[in-house]
Amino acid sequence: MSLLDIRNLTVEFRTAQGPFRAVDGVDLVVDQGEILSIVGESGSGKSVAMLATMGLLPWTATVTADRMAFDGHDLLTMSRRERRRIVGRDMAMIFQEPMTSLNPCFTVGFQIKETLRYHLGLDRKAAHERAVELMRQVGIPEPERRLSAFPHQMSGGMSQRCMIAMALACKPKLLIADEPTTALDVTIQAQILDLLVGLQRDSGMGLVLITHDMGVVAETAERVVVQYAGQQVEQQDVKALFEDPHHPYTAALLAALPERATSKELPSIPGVVPGQGDRPTGCLFNPRCRFATDHCRKVVPPHASSEMGRALCHYPLRHGVPTGHPAHMEAAS
Amino acid sequence: MLSFFLRRLLLLIPTFIGVSIVSFAFIRLLPGDPIMLMAGERGMSAERYLELQHQFGYDRPLVVQYLDYLWGVLQGDLGQSIVTKRPVLQEFFTLFPATLELSLCAITIAVAIGVPAGVLAAVKRGSFLDQAIMGTALVGYSMPIFWWGLLLIILFSGVLGWTPVSGRISLMFFFPPVTGFMLIDSLLSGQAGAFRSALSHLVLPSIVLATIPLAVIARQTRSAMLEVLSEDYVRTARAKGLPSRRVVGLHALRNALIPVITTIGLQVGVLLAGAILTETIFSWPGIGKWMVDSVFRRDYPVIQGGLLIIAGIIMLVNLLVDVLYGLVNPRIRHAR
Ligand SMILES: Nc1ncnc2c1ncn2[C@@H]1O[C@H](COP(=O)(O)OP(=O)(O)OP(=O)(O)O)[C@@H](O)[C@H]1O
Ligand code: SF4
Ligand SMILES: [Mg+2]
Repeated sequence: MSLLDIRNLTVEFRTAQGPFRAVDGVDLVVDQGEILSIVGESGSGKSVAMLATMGLLPWTATVTADRMAFDGHDLLTMSRRERRRIVGRDMAMIFQEPMTSLNPCFTVGFQIKETLRYHLGLDRKAAHERAVELMRQVGIPEPERRLSAFPHQMSGGMSQRCMIAMALACKPKLLIADEPTTALDVTIQAQILDLLVGLQRDSGMGLVLITHDMGVVAETAERVVVQYAGQQVEQQDVKALFEDPHHPYTAALLAALPERATSKELPSIPGVVPGQGDRPTGCLFNPRCRFATDHCRKVVPPHASSEMGRALCHYPLRHGVPTGHPAHMEAAS
Repeated sequence: MLSFFLRRLLLLIPTFIGVSIVSFAFIRLLPGDPIMLMAGERGMSAERYLELQHQFGYDRPLVVQYLDYLWGVLQGDLGQSIVTKRPVLQEFFTLFPATLELSLCAITIAVAIGVPAGVLAAVKRGSFLDQAIMGTALVGYSMPIFWWGLLLIILFSGVLGWTPVSGRISLMFFFPPVTGFMLIDSLLSGQAGAFRSALSHLVLPSIVLATIPLAVIARQTRSAMLEVLSEDYVRTARAKGLPSRRVVGLHALRNALIPVITTIGLQVGVLLAGAILTETIFSWPGIGKWMVDSVFRRDYPVIQGGLLIIAGIIMLVNLLVDVLYGLVNPRIRHAR
């Protein structure tokens, strides 16, 4: 049984300009002890998909899925109350902006202990001891003193460590890290990432790592999901993905990578992710795809087989060659 | 924090001097002359007029009058009423508890209803409830106090006969003031029905006085909550699996209260201004009514002393609010 099993997840926002589908038919499976990475440009619905999993979307969002199971619990049918017992305990999340993710009115200690007391029912003393232990675990010096610090007295890196400590408080089975290093200094980024991967290895929890950084993907993840405009366009083991990307979008991302595994942001490819108003017909990637045909512009592509990374493309690539593409057929014949 | 406090305290000195000048100058710009007023219809001889003017010191240059006045103020002497001949400060302290009781009651109502109403409106934003609360607040805010007070009197005192029209307690009861708060004194007196009577006298004026602050507080709470509810740390609190009650009532509200506390502090000025009208409508024997009466009597020492005290109160409360603001906001508390 997978730890997290999501099938056909769709999230639609009610907006002033009508409904907007931010996540469209995403499948995600995370096993125990696995690191899954989600990559994609800004606006591709990575955060929204994970917030839907955590049940943290605002009321304007409608979440539907064929299946949404965590650790044997059906997230779709459980009551909000039951779900709250899982969220924050077995399934935890850390966010992109550590500086604004901590409540400025309460000490770090209060915010860590709150989780411990609420979920585990620890008393004051036990919660304090566990909080100190957690602070030490995430590499915060002088944990006793730091516990009584307010968030504004800490740097971004320290804040993110505190967020991690908070997320790990109840030894979760799954940790979702939404671009945990994007807002930090480059030198700190590597430290936080090492910390996360180390903690994941020690505890054997599942880790979903959302990132912009292909280098991070190459170094840490086992499996990769590529998202584009809310859709999942490819899903592969990390090694296979780098060797033989099957979706033109993935291929473009990798090709644009100046020097693999060093760049900070996702490499830029011409054009932008379509937003609410400018969604093309057919394949959503067609305005930016160098293989696009009239067929692509009219007909929504199906998912390819799992050997082809379930690429959402009419002509999934094999070693850079679009299979079944008219132009390349001629060239081949 | 302490140096912050001391700095604010020092800043009060020039402000206070400014206020004393303004209050001193202002009343002398009012038309009318207290001595002529004292003479009444009969009038008085020119010699008598000059004599009285000399006696009260109004014949000296304004600057001298002012410095003399300021010197007195520094020694705690605000002069004495021309009409009652009693020291201004003493009159003030006799009447102030009535205003304080009314104001405290009003601000309690305003906070106790305004804050939860604002929170509710923010949490249910866009709903019918939100619109109803905000609509009511808008009406309350734009209600002319005088008209609103009369309306309530007509309804509750006139038509329904539930509440008395004026005063602090029924004339049936008499007991010496201990705290000056009628609610407490009536309980202490042990007289049956006294507390009930005091309470029924207090209800309408409190509601009238509370209306505008309540509306302001509800609106400010709503907008502060709306801002805070979309903050990342509120999402973090939710991500911990905490119940809504705690997320909204602790994590969000605690942050939203920072600007709301300032607003509540600013309402003290609104309350004292409102008290002038409210006390007049309900014949409430407080400093509001005292000020109005002395304006009609051209009782210079009372007007200028009263203004000075009221301004002093507002300044002190603002200082208190600043301190409180620092206490609830860790970012300021720890600033050097
Ligand atoms: N509350 C909301 N209401 C309406 N639209 C939203 C809301 N939240 C997100 N969206 C839209 O959903 C889309 C996906 O957003 P999401 O934050 O998931 O992107 P992302 O892949 O995480 O991007 P980034 O890399 O910048 O974090 C965006 O177009 C965004 O504008
Ligand atoms: S379906 Fe067509 S446009 Fe879309 S990615 Fe494949 S080749 Fe490109
Ligand atoms: Mg995001």
